[in-house]
Amino acid sequence: MDIQSVIREQVSSHPVVLYMKGTPQFPQCGFSAAVVQVLRNCGLTEVAAINVLEDEAVRSGIKEYANWPTIPQLYIQGEFVGGCDIVKEMYETGELQDMLAKAGVIAASS
Amino acid sequence: MSTIEHIRSRLAALDPSSLDIQDDSALHAGHVGAKGGGGHYRLMIVSEHFAGLSTVARHRMIYAVLGDMMRGSIHALAIRALTADEANSQPNRKET
Repeated sequence: MDIQSVIREQVSSHPVVLYMKGTPQFPQCGFSAAVVQVLRNCGLTEVAAINVLEDEAVRSGIKEYANWPTIPQLYIQGEFVGGCDIVKEMYETGELQDMLAKAGVIAASS
Repeated sequence: MSTIEHIRSRLAALDPSSLDIQDDSALHAGHVGAKGGGGHYRLMIVSEHFAGLSTVARHRMIYAVLGDMMRGSIHALAIRALTADEANSQPNRKET
């Protein structure tokens, strides 16, 4: 199976999938750490994270998959959401919480 | 030409009415993710080309213009991409 097919399966394997540098417990990049923190602030207790530093094929393949040149990358229900700036912005507007609630991983607010 | 000048010249294609580029590389020196050698930059750009586009589409537009720089001299790029109306309506929004 080629790397793009592997990634297509990965992004749909959980309602929320984060491609990051390091792990949620030990992030190895400030931008990855910031996205993990935002997801926790939303009430997400467990994040399905893929450490791209452990797999060079995924690290380069994911950039091609989303047509997005940087990591971290957040996927909700198999769809690319954005990188660190976008995730933070969507958290501030509440849009991220709505998406996570729709995905069934956090309780809907109000 | 420095990387910042290079970024500036590429982004001219988006006709920015305002463009600010900061080099944050010193804040990230030595961390494992940065070992490829590219720098960390922070970008604030105002352009009418962003009107009607989602944030993802705006960032992709910037990445497309920067092209191969994203695989070489730029390791990380924090982006705020606004239209003039948006920039005027949130002048005091804090930078993060």
